[in-house]
Amino acid sequence: MKKRYFILPGLIMLSITVLVLSFQAVYASTPPDVEEALGRTLAKQAVKNSKRWTTVDHAKIDALNQDFTSGEEITQACLSCHSEAATQFHKSIHWTWLASGDKSDMRYGKAGYSVNNFCISGNAMEDKSCLACHPAWNKKGVQGEVNCLQCHNSSGFNFNEALGDIEAFSKDGDPDTKEMMKDLQNEVKEAVTKVTFPTRKNCGDCHFTGGGGDGVKHGDLDTSLTKPNRLLDVHMGTDGKDFSCTRCHTTVDHNIAGRIYTNPAVATRKSLLEDDLAPKITCESCHSSEPHKNDSKMNDHTDVVSCQACHIPTFARVNPTKMWWDWSKSGKMKDGKPYVEEGPFGKPIYKSIKGEFKWAKNVVPEYFWSNGSQTSTTADDVIDPGQIVKVSHPVGDRTDPESRIFPFKLHRGKQPYDKVHKKLLAPLLSGEKGYWETFDMNAAIEYGNKAIGIPYSGEFDYVETTYAFPITHMVAPKENALNCTQCHIRENSRLANITGLYMPGRDKSNLFDTIGWLSVLGALAGVLLHGLGRFFTRNGKEE
Amino acid sequence: MKDKRIIKIYLYTRYERLWHWLQAFMVISLIVTGLEIHGTYKLFGFQTAVNIHNFIGLSWLVLFAFFVFWLFTTGEWKQYIPTTKKLFSVILYYSWGIFQGKPHPVQKSKGVKHNPLQRLAYLGISAMLLPVQMATGLLYYLYNDIPQILPLSVLAIIHTLVALFLLNFLVVHLYMTTTGHSLFSHISGMITGWEEIYETTQIEDWETQATKKK
Repeated sequence: MKKRYFILPGLIMLSITVLVLSFQAVYASTPPDVEEALGRTLAKQAVKNSKRWTTVDHAKIDALNQDFTSGEEITQACLSCHSEAATQFHKSIHWTWLASGDKSDMRYGKAGYSVNNFCISGNAMEDKSCLACHPAWNKKGVQGEVNCLQCHNSSGFNFNEALGDIEAFSKDGDPDTKEMMKDLQNEVKEAVTKVTFPTRKNCGDCHFTGGGGDGVKHGDLDTSLTKPNRLLDVHMGTDGKDFSCTRCHTTVDHNIAGRIYTNPAVATRKSLLEDDLAPKITCESCHSSEPHKNDSKMNDHTDVVSCQACHIPTFARVNPTKMWWDWSKSGKMKDGKPYVEEGPFGKPIYKSIKGEFKWAKNVVPEYFWSNGSQTSTTADDVIDPGQIVKVSHPVGDRTDPESRIFPFKLHRGKQPYDKVHKKLLAPLLSGEKGYWETFDMNAAIEYGNKAIGIPYSGEFDYVETTYAFPITHMVAPKENALNCTQCHIRENSRLANITGLYMPGRDKSNLFDTIGWLSVLGALAGVLLHGLGRFFTRNGKEE
Repeated sequence: MKDKRIIKIYLYTRYERLWHWLQAFMVISLIVTGLEIHGTYKLFGFQTAVNIHNFIGLSWLVLFAFFVFWLFTTGEWKQYIPTTKKLFSVILYYSWGIFQGKPHPVQKSKGVKHNPLQRLAYLGISAMLLPVQMATGLLYYLYNDIPQILPLSVLAIIHTLVALFLLNFLVVHLYMTTTGHSLFSHISGMITGWEEIYETTQIEDWETQATKKK
């Protein structure tokens, strides 16, 4: 009979061992390479044949084999074959700088009423320094001829400078100058033939340095992405997939996929399996909406959490980005002259022409519900100066099926507003009438608002504003994605301000938790007292 | 009473003991991992805690089905039929008599594994708390796969509250094991199956209904 005493503990141990082992078999010991996550498999499949091919060698094209004397001549040469290119491009936002296809609709766009809290306004293309990024020759804006090379040339050659010199030399009769001009024209001829699909550098020349310098604006776009490693961006990394921008920002008639002011990049998320001609702009396009391994809890997140929220742990990981710009501090002088003060990262923290700045690196994003649209407060919208004005802010909430929790860079600052009309103002900055020359903000606003056609009362003050940039580039390798407790935690959750859902680990009901714990404490106190009672009465035994 | 001899009877079958300890292991693991998921402390790490919790929770569901099957095919469910008979005297014993060395008013036997107070407590737990816990747990687990009848917050709050009630039970239950003839006699009874009782205990007719054959 005594044998029985050992059978049961043995059985219990056996069953616990079986339980633990089977648990490990299911979760722990699965080798990572045996089963690949669906999202990886699909994406690899989608980009398997990534080598571009072409039937044209532009070095052999007669139209390009000539001595160019101006940018316009180069464009004419391009258009002699690509007959519709300029017509298409003239309709794109890259050219019009207006969000609407209707040119009279000035509401949204750099050339319209849109403002930001960096250099504030493009002043309807009146601010010539902004036009450095407009893809026309010689900063002529929409009056000029399209500069195809800005996006389609990989030589890195400075065409504007060379063509400017050629023009100057051509007016000189000196044979030496003529010789130099000839050399320069040969260089141009050589460089022009380096035609390409837009490279990261082509796009980055404007988009990495928007707002007046490297990494000023976006936070997830700066010159570190010209040649990133896969740690910085797992898709664009030159030691990884080496994607160009256009690999995801696909193009139809020179219209490039991506968010445009109030319009989301796509209205609905779909994978290429659902629509193979859809823009590849979302993660879902290639990775599907169930990208993680089978039965992974992470797949249950994708209806609520954007991929970016976890897979971009911080932005500005290599170069710093600007987080604060206070125009109200601008205009101070040292010995009667404008000055620059340098701070951390070798970046300016004060410029007389622009005001006070703050920079940061490895920035933790702020998270908001976003359906891809953004509200946009333009120079024509009435604001409440008593509050922080959201110049650009994500739209969405828990109830919107297209909304996801999405990471953002919030650029904060102070900028001028009209105290009477309660509207944000659009000071003109560059040029001889601009603030950077005159240091007269009132006059700069006068000229700037006139350019966009919005009346100015003559009284201005500064208001604090925020501008939200969706963080979607600088996707880290999966091993650097966030872990659960960066959000599922009571204190300092990254999603502390996200409402509309219950998150285990972050949330609890104070009332019901208290009831539950009181019952546990009550039980503990009860058994403690009872036990003490038994101890002191010695269970009623007398000895 | 002191003249009565303590004897041992074989009270808990192998399956009962296996189920008891397996369930004990599962309940404690679920409370430990569950409270970590709830954010009460950090132990295994959130992801591991979730994986363990899900695996054991689902295992428990399956094993509980076997238990229910066993309960009804063996007639052991009758052990859980509530009664008010001697209920008051049991309450009186634990609140007074135990301090005076008085004997337990209800002795265990093959037909009576639970005293009236235990019957009530175990019925409440098995028929109310556990089903609610299993239902909310399963709905929580399947939240993304099935129509969302209840918001996650409601499921989570009920699941947490019941878990704390079960923790309350665990505290009292553990303490009650020390109230046998010696501190560990109940525990050793549940390990070996042999429970100590007084030799001359009279077992009343109504107490043995579970094993009575028609």
